[in-house]
Amino acid sequence: MIETIDIKKAYDVVAVRRQFPALRREVKGKPLVYFDNAATTQKPQAVIDALVNYYSNYNANIHRGIHTLAEEATAAFEATRDTAQQFINAETREQIIFTGGTTEGINLVAQTWGRQNIKEGDEIIISNMEHHSNIVPWYIVAQEKGAIIKVIPINENGELLMDEFEKLLSEKTKLVSIVHVSNALGTINPVKTIIEKAHKVGAVVLVDGAQSSVHLDIDVQDMDTDFFVFSSHKVYGPTGVGVLYGKKHLLESMPPYQGGGEMIKEVYFDNVTYNDLPYKYEAGTPNIADTVAFKAALDFTKGIGKDAIRNHENELLQYATEQLEGIDGLKIIGKAKNKISVISFIIDHVHPQDLGILLDNRGVAVRTGHHCAQPLMDCYRIPGTTRASFAMYNTKEEIDALIAGLNKAIKMLR
Amino acid sequence: MNEHKSIEEIEQEIIEEFSLFDSWDDKYEYIIDLGKKLPPLDDQYKKDENKVKGCQSTVWLVADDKDGRIYYKAESDAVIVKGLISMLIRVLSGQTPDDIINAKLDFIKEIGMMSHLAQTRSNGLLAMVKQMKNYALAFKVKQETASK
Repeated sequence: MIETIDIKKAYDVVAVRRQFPALRREVKGKPLVYFDNAATTQKPQAVIDALVNYYSNYNANIHRGIHTLAEEATAAFEATRDTAQQFINAETREQIIFTGGTTEGINLVAQTWGRQNIKEGDEIIISNMEHHSNIVPWYIVAQEKGAIIKVIPINENGELLMDEFEKLLSEKTKLVSIVHVSNALGTINPVKTIIEKAHKVGAVVLVDGAQSSVHLDIDVQDMDTDFFVFSSHKVYGPTGVGVLYGKKHLLESMPPYQGGGEMIKEVYFDNVTYNDLPYKYEAGTPNIADTVAFKAALDFTKGIGKDAIRNHENELLQYATEQLEGIDGLKIIGKAKNKISVISFIIDHVHPQDLGILLDNRGVAVRTGHHCAQPLMDCYRIPGTTRASFAMYNTKEEIDALIAGLNKAIKMLR
Repeated sequence: MNEHKSIEEIEQEIIEEFSLFDSWDDKYEYIIDLGKKLPPLDDQYKKDENKVKGCQSTVWLVADDKDGRIYYKAESDAVIVKGLISMLIRVLSGQTPDDIINAKLDFIKEIGMMSHLAQTRSNGLLAMVKQMKNYALAFKVKQETASK
């Protein structure tokens, strides 16, 4: 208990906010309240500086050049790989593959490992709370191969029904691809248990860490996951960069994803040998600048401390939950015992889109709609929700502004 | 009812009405009021073929022609969109196909509602304007074929 209080005392949200220039702006004449962090986070000055510094001082294509700029650019690019390796505690730096983001990471696995290993009649298990990006890539492979997609159902609180999951597992299960934290509900799924059970039937597991990597401590070795994917832009970094982690024997045995420069060793018209990990999966000139700046985001997050951030966000979640529950006719969608700082809700006789427009009119940015999780919305029999998601820089005063905005909007709309 | 007023004239009326509001709250208050007053569309019309689907809200739109003019009826599940629909119907319903096809609908920008037409996929309004014009085009083709 004492330790928790100390962390709270040490957390200086005003100082944290000062690092994010976008938070200083106004929207519709009101101070911006940015609660769309599950979609993307704002960027600290350190990330913006890293981008500008790269383009101002050492922009060059990496790996092949022998001149100074190319060496500096290569060193900075590869330094991000080391930092990302530490961020998720991967065994080796070679197991960190840079992608365009979480979606590309999943598609890469689907198109390489998936097409190589999934056969007719095989089963792929996903859950009812997956983002479209962890449904459609598997749907494409299943269609092509004649495989079957099985879905883990959820309860009313938005938690996976683990008994049902166990019933779905069999020797036919080739893959379990599961979201670590739901973007629409905030639910933290028990991935370690899921992985353990999936491995018992010989299935491979992919964990979609798009929402978890910013909030939770990620240890891919302890988790024992076969694949883990996440995006830079949801961890205070630039857009257009992501990481695919894979177990070494899998990454080595999978066929390449895209062909081109960088991913080859030797090229003849009748024979091509591929490069070693991680370059085998990084064809063409990568997104160098954003990858370089991604390191600044990871360093920044580590510097503040995930424990301290999580503690702050949990306080916000609790406070917001209490405040929202006081609003007449409001229902929170997603009441899992273990959740991160995401709150989805619906309000009787109020369309989420109307709410979103009126909140924006008061400077409050939330997300409305189906959150790219239509099957989940169907499960709750709702067309969509309004979602507020909190990050390291949000405050209770901002939640008060959200509540005031909601009360005003409801008055106008009812 | 609008037969004696042109599209531009009605647009001008709306722009003048909006110039009286000095806050966004007042503008939205007015649009929401229009939305609430929009007569509901009969359930028989709320079928998939009449749906103009946006990412977040759904619009149902039907059109009829009478004496060379087009009359629209529409509804949405979101109130602000309904208010915007109400204004579009006020401007375009009862006009000729040619005038509808050529309508620039600058009033949307003038009253500050352009963001609702932007391609953010957030609502069906842009799709709805397109669909209204498509109906006009279809009636024009029908008229021309009939007169041949």
